[in-house]
Amino acid sequence: MAKETKTKVPQNKKHYSAEHIVAAFFKYLLLVISAVAAILPMVVVLFGAFKTTAEFSSTSPLTLPQNWLNFENFKTAFVKGNMVLGFFNTVIVVGISVFLTIVFGTMTAYVIDRFKFKFSRIVNTAFLIASLIPSITMQMSVFQIISKMGLFNHRAALIILFAGTDIISIYIFVQFLQNISTSLDESAIIDGASYFTIYTRILLPLMKPAIVTVLIIKGIGFYNEFYTAFLYNPNPKLAVVSTALFKFKGPFGAQWEIICAGVIITIIPALIIFLLLQKQIYSGLTNGAVKG
Amino acid sequence: MDNVAVKKKKRSFSDVMSLRKTKQYITAFWFLLIPLILLILFTYLPLVDMVRYSLYKWDGFGKMKFIGVDNYVEMFTKPEYFRMFKTSLYYLIGSFIQIGLALVFAALLMDSKKTKFTNFFKGAIFFPYLVNGVAVGLIFLYFYQPGGTLDTLLTSLGFSQETLPLWMKTVGLNNVCLAIVSLWRYLGQNMVMFAGSMQSIDSDLYEAAALDGANQAQIFRYIILPNIKTVISINMILAVKGAISVFEIPFIMTDGANGTATFVTKTLEVAFTSRKIGMASAMGVVLLVLIMIITFIQKRFFEKEG
Repeated sequence: MAKETKTKVPQNKKHYSAEHIVAAFFKYLLLVISAVAAILPMVVVLFGAFKTTAEFSSTSPLTLPQNWLNFENFKTAFVKGNMVLGFFNTVIVVGISVFLTIVFGTMTAYVIDRFKFKFSRIVNTAFLIASLIPSITMQMSVFQIISKMGLFNHRAALIILFAGTDIISIYIFVQFLQNISTSLDESAIIDGASYFTIYTRILLPLMKPAIVTVLIIKGIGFYNEFYTAFLYNPNPKLAVVSTALFKFKGPFGAQWEIICAGVIITIIPALIIFLLLQKQIYSGLTNGAVKG
Repeated sequence: MDNVAVKKKKRSFSDVMSLRKTKQYITAFWFLLIPLILLILFTYLPLVDMVRYSLYKWDGFGKMKFIGVDNYVEMFTKPEYFRMFKTSLYYLIGSFIQIGLALVFAALLMDSKKTKFTNFFKGAIFFPYLVNGVAVGLIFLYFYQPGGTLDTLLTSLGFSQETLPLWMKTVGLNNVCLAIVSLWRYLGQNMVMFAGSMQSIDSDLYEAAALDGANQAQIFRYIILPNIKTVISINMILAVKGAISVFEIPFIMTDGANGTATFVTKTLEVAFTSRKIGMASAMGVVLLVLIMIITFIQKRFFEKEG
């Protein structure tokens, strides 16, 4: 490959010197190595997921499976590994949580951006400070509150813990609102519209791109969330995808081919969403990170 | 129509404005009611509780016994608690390497005209960030296990299986392995954020540099780096905060065994396995204070910059 480019170069423009070719060679070498390092650990798991027990123990992880249509492991993972239930619970919890995050987030952002009184600044600061507190080490006191509310081992525990709005979605919504002219609000007020109408009829539809951004980053975040579900919903009937998969460590401890299938099952939804929404995911992350 | 509206507005301007204010307060009340209840209930109340619990000896069920600052005294006199922060060093070094690599990849992949297959490379490096944390843990337990992917790769390079260490069981080495998992997981996210801020640099600067005959390395050194300095320092601070509060990867992969415990995995163990809520709360308070100090330094640092 490298040689071929070398011979072509002299006919090209002057600045394609030998130095450039060497630089380009190392650049692609580095990129290819990194891409392989990023993908290989997952690819070998994919291989393993299609192997039979005997095949798995007799072949190396890098060997391709003999039969790419051997879905036995996936079946076991889905049925015995509670993955069906896991997806069902995940869809409920993530769906409701994301919906509530968006409703609460847009409402909070609306007040913070549009109503210029002292209180909205205090609210903004309250959310900002909250984001600095590492919530993971407060779990012992959160646990007491959730228990007292009678929500231990109840899906609602996850939903209200997730739906508590965080500063990142508020920022994304506020930033977006700042670019929507207030003259729209003003003329609606003159026409006799209430603030609630302005929020639902005028601003919400205009905020669609920001809503999509929050939907994506929060949806992925909640789907991947593990410890909250592990701590508050240990009941196997309430398992979400991550806790169902975590359980694979026990009963399937020696059956790596089934664990592999379980891992692939959890990756597939993420991969599909990534392939469909790549651009939005990238820009969502960048937007959410603008204000550290 | 317009005229009438204006006249009406003029006549009772102050009335209208105060009515508006009242309406705004009512709207704000209803809009913020639930978000604020959730915020207080699950952030500020637990925070106050945590500080309070830290002064007690309590198993979470029985009677609470007030012991003052004994929990803190125990923590600061017994080295086993602070030893956990040594584990954080592995992750800290890992995340600085991660930031360096992310900068390089972001610069290489920023301009799709200069590098081919940018979308593929960017996607491949980024995708691990979207993988479920439990799946990440299992993927790498498989990767590092004896006779696993890493061993197979190394034996095919000529190493013999007997000379290879037990990656996850060797104290010290296992933390390196875990820090690499963390790097694998978060590198792409870092890269995407850096690429985003690189793209917001004025493109005239690149063109001017290109006209002056600057190569990619020079452009990186003299144009990109100075222009995204702030983003880099923010990420460095985040790396420090992340390193002292590492939790998910060691919890899932080793449950803190063989010297891989971090301050947070230890806190949760003290809270939910040993049932020493008071002690765990004191640990939580210490971590919070550390994070606050770092945040404060960060704020001062950026005020000076600006």
